[in-house]
Amino acid sequence: MRESFGSLRLEQVAVGALSDITLTIPPTEVVCLSGRSGSGKSRLLRAIADLDVHAGRVWLGETEQSATPAHLWRQQVMLVPAESQWWAERVEDHFPVATVMDGLAELGFEPDVMGWSVSRLSSGEKQRLALLRAMARRPAALLLDEPTANLDQESVAAMERWLLAAVRERQLPVLWVAHTPDQIQRVAQRHFRLSGSSLEAQ
Amino acid sequence: MEVIDLAWWKLALAASMILVLAVFVHLGRLGITRGLLIAAIRTVIQLSLIGLVLEALFAVSGFGWIALMATVMLLVAGREVMSRQQRKLTGGWAFGIGTGAMFLSSFTVTVLTLIVVIGPEPWYAPQYAIPLLGMMLGNTMNGVALSLDRLTESVWRQRSVIENRLMLGQTWREAVGDIRREAMRSGMIPSINAMAAAGIVSLPGMMTGQILAGSPPSVAVKYQILIMLTIAIGTGSGALMAVTWGSRRLFDDRQRLRLDRLLEPS
Repeated sequence: MRESFGSLRLEQVAVGALSDITLTIPPTEVVCLSGRSGSGKSRLLRAIADLDVHAGRVWLGETEQSATPAHLWRQQVMLVPAESQWWAERVEDHFPVATVMDGLAELGFEPDVMGWSVSRLSSGEKQRLALLRAMARRPAALLLDEPTANLDQESVAAMERWLLAAVRERQLPVLWVAHTPDQIQRVAQRHFRLSGSSLEAQ
Repeated sequence: MEVIDLAWWKLALAASMILVLAVFVHLGRLGITRGLLIAAIRTVIQLSLIGLVLEALFAVSGFGWIALMATVMLLVAGREVMSRQQRKLTGGWAFGIGTGAMFLSSFTVTVLTLIVVIGPEPWYAPQYAIPLLGMMLGNTMNGVALSLDRLTESVWRQRSVIENRLMLGQTWREAVGDIRREAMRSGMIPSINAMAAAGIVSLPGMMTGQILAGSPPSVAVKYQILIMLTIAIGTGSGALMAVTWGSRRLFDDRQRLRLDRLLEPS
C-alpha cells in the first residue's frame, strides 16, 4: 500500500450561488453531496478541480491548489463528470499509454474492450469506462458526479464494490454527488445537502 | 511595347454583360441577383477610387503618405477579419489578434521582399510597395480570418470534450491540439491549393496582368513565383500567430476554458 497524499480540504470556497463552503475529507472517506438540480453540486466539483473561477482555497494534503500548475492539480484531484466525452477513435486512445488496467473485469468488461471503436459504446459502458480511465491516471482524490446515473442495478452494485475497494486501497478522499438515498446510505460516511448557499449536514 | 488603354465605354460593354447575367439569374429565380449587382457596382467604384489614390500616391511618392496608405489598408483588413467571425473574442481581442497577426506577417514579409529581393530605389517606391502589400494583406486576411473563425467555432462546439480532457489532467495545449491543427489547416489550404494549381489549372491574376501590360512572360513568371511564395509565408505565419494567440486567449492562467471570452453570434 502506498502513502496517501492527505486530506482534501476546502476553505471558504465560493462559486455561483454557494459561499463559504468549508469541508475536510480525510483519506478513504467518502462524502456524499446531494441537492436539487441547479443547486450547484457540479459547479462545486468544478471549482475544486479548478475548472471554474472561484473564491476560497483548496488543499490536497500540504499542496495548495493555487500553487500547483493547473493540469498537475487536475491529475491529482480527478473530476469524473456525469457525461463523459470521447474524442479519439478507439477506447484505448483515451487511456494513458502502457497502463496496468485495474477493474476491467470487475466492471464487466473483456480485455478486448480497449480496441473497441468509441462509437459503439452505450451510455452505461461509457460511464464505467470513464471511471476506469480516470482511475488509470492514479489520482490522489476523486470528485464523482453521479457516477452510476446510466447504470442498471447490477452494474451499480459492481461499480460501488470495486470503487470503494479501490478508494480504501489507494487511500483516496472522495466527494461523490449522488441522488438516491439508498446509494448514499451504502457508500457515504458523511452526507451533505446543498441548500441555498451552504452545506447542510444530514 | 505600349499598353492598349481601355476606353470607359468598353468597360461599359463588360458591365452590360453582367446585367444580362443578372437578368437570367433573376428569371431562373436563383436568388443571388442583388448580391451580384451590388458587388459589381462596388468593384467599379472602389477600384476607380483606388486608381485615383494610386495616381496621386505615385506622383508624391513620400514615405509618410505610403505609410498612411498601408495603415488604412491594414485597419480595413482588420475590420474585415473581425466581421467574418461567427463567434468573436470579446473586448477588442478579435480585432487586435487579427490585425496584429496580419501586421507582423504581411508587413515583415513585404518589407523583406522589397529590400532584399526586389530592391527598388527607394525601397518603399509605391509602384512596388503598394501592390505587393495589397496582395500580401488580401491573402493573409483570408488565412487569418479562416483560421480564427475555425478556431473559435470548433472550441465552442467541442467545449465539453476540451473540458473533459482538462479534467483528465491534460494541459490546455493538449486539450485543444486537434482544434489548433484544424484551424491552422483551414487557414493555409487556400494558398497551398493555389500554389499546387498555379500554371497548370490557373494562370494567376498578377502574372496575367503583367503579361497583358507588356512584360515578357519570363519576367512575369519570376514575379509570380516570388509572389506565391511570399503569400504562402505571409499567410502561414499570420495564421500561426492568430491560432497561437487566439487559443491562448481562450484559456486563463489556471488553464480553464473561458468561453465567456467569446461573444454569441449576432
